[in-house]
Amino acid sequence: MATVRTRRAREALTGLAFAAPAVAVFAVFMFWPLIQVFWISLQQTRGFGLAKWVGLQNYQEILSDKIFWTALWNTALYTAISVPLCLVAGLAAALLLNRRMPARGLIRAIYYLPAVISGVSSALIGAWLFNEDIGLVNRILDVVGLGPVPWQSEGVPALLSLVAISLWIGLGFNMVVYLAALQGIPREVFEAARCDGASRWATLRRITIPQLGPTTFFLIVIGIINSFQVFDIVYVMTGGGPGNSTTMLVTYAYSAGFEQRQQGYASAIGVVLYLIVLVMTIVQWRVNKRRDVA
Amino acid sequence: MTRYRLAFAITGAVAMLFPVYWMVVTAISSSADMRGPGLHLWPTSVRWENLTDPLSKFPYGMWAVNSVFIAVVAVVLTVVINLMAGYAFAKLRFPGRNVLFILIISTLMVPVQVVMVPQFHLVVDFGLIGSDWGVIVPRLAEAFGLFMARQFMMAIPDELIEAAQCDGSSQWRIFRTVVLPLCRPLIAVLVIFTFMWRWNEFAWPLIVLKDPESYTLQVGLLFLKNQYGQDYGSLMAMSLLSMIPMIIVFALFQRHFVEGMARSGIK
Repeated sequence: MATVRTRRAREALTGLAFAAPAVAVFAVFMFWPLIQVFWISLQQTRGFGLAKWVGLQNYQEILSDKIFWTALWNTALYTAISVPLCLVAGLAAALLLNRRMPARGLIRAIYYLPAVISGVSSALIGAWLFNEDIGLVNRILDVVGLGPVPWQSEGVPALLSLVAISLWIGLGFNMVVYLAALQGIPREVFEAARCDGASRWATLRRITIPQLGPTTFFLIVIGIINSFQVFDIVYVMTGGGPGNSTTMLVTYAYSAGFEQRQQGYASAIGVVLYLIVLVMTIVQWRVNKRRDVA
Repeated sequence: MTRYRLAFAITGAVAMLFPVYWMVVTAISSSADMRGPGLHLWPTSVRWENLTDPLSKFPYGMWAVNSVFIAVVAVVLTVVINLMAGYAFAKLRFPGRNVLFILIISTLMVPVQVVMVPQFHLVVDFGLIGSDWGVIVPRLAEAFGLFMARQFMMAIPDELIEAAQCDGSSQWRIFRTVVLPLCRPLIAVLVIFTFMWRWNEFAWPLIVLKDPESYTLQVGLLFLKNQYGQDYGSLMAMSLLSMIPMIIVFALFQRHFVEGMARSGIK
């Protein structure tokens, strides 16, 4: 008995020792900041001066802050357009590349390539392609006779140019996850459908898409969470402009905290963002749990 | 039907590659060519000044050194920390194991911007503002890699570890000689992904690094964007240069990229 107990105790000690570096960095740089952010959000800091305790004033300011609501609306709109687009394009690419064809591996790699290019480089390509005066997109539109589109001087086109770049970046990830899921559908299901004389379209609608349901749900949740954090491409490509028409929650939080140096206010925005993402995660968790039970 | 599929797939591939192709064309063309009348989709002349001009005017070499240093150090430290923690959470029983694991995993969905102000304060307090270490250290808390390590190590049979224990090996020795050799595919995925995240990272270095000499490539590119304005030749050339390491890593290990991503999707 004694040996079992000492062995257990030793295992516990080794376990703690192995986990210690990770636990230490998480404690200092994640858990502590996650507590601190609430604390800071109750303070007012202007410039480098000392922080002043203001209670919930930052949150009250958020409620009446027009730019905050614009940023929230922009983020929601961007998400609502970009997530379904990436999903449909990713599914189409996966269905296309699930069959055997020459150079399939290379083609898949090319679809995935933009996902490994940095957000900054992608944004620079975007800024160049969608440059209103000399960019290629407007030049081509001009030749075709569709006229120049004000990608930089009007809000909706600017947002759409961001969506286009997000589609370019995000398509590969959606495709890869769908491809993996397609491998998981039992072959017999498709064979049975073929025996029953189901058309390709019917097979897709009645079998493939329902079978991919959990994957689609996963991709939607991940897509929403990622879209709510879109920073690099927005900051570099449009800088939130024109006006505030492409300002997102995270770019607004950044500019409040590090350009205007109102770190209390930036933290309050951070807390709101945190709550939004938290709610979405809980929804995903509950839906998954219900599905597992059913 | 197969032929149509292939045609579609290739059209898609051309569309996906086109922006990168256009970067290359822009990078070697003179800005007059790019602005002038008439639409050229291919370079009409080659101009190397786009490459040499910014390299001589701006500390691009320094930025590259900073990026390499940050990425390499971060990869080594992060992967070691996550492998050790993955082993502890997968195979060793200790008090608080499940609570700690759940707490760590729950940070997966926390946006960087939620904790950036408190993290910034910490970095200031530690005296790391403006230094490479200020960029590296807060990012050592990397939940996704830890999660992948733990999932992978769960699949290692307990018998292997127990057999080594009966031989009287210490846990550290078992970890090094039994567990790690089985984890090669895991290590490859961890190294590749951590390298990509740190190489491409932008928001956090933008906050920490103040002096232009200390920038990473990503922050430096933003600096160049503000310098060059509408002159995209040099900008595209520098952006392409900054992508080369990532593209090489991708070309060599694309199977790992795709598998790693797919695994993260299936859970």
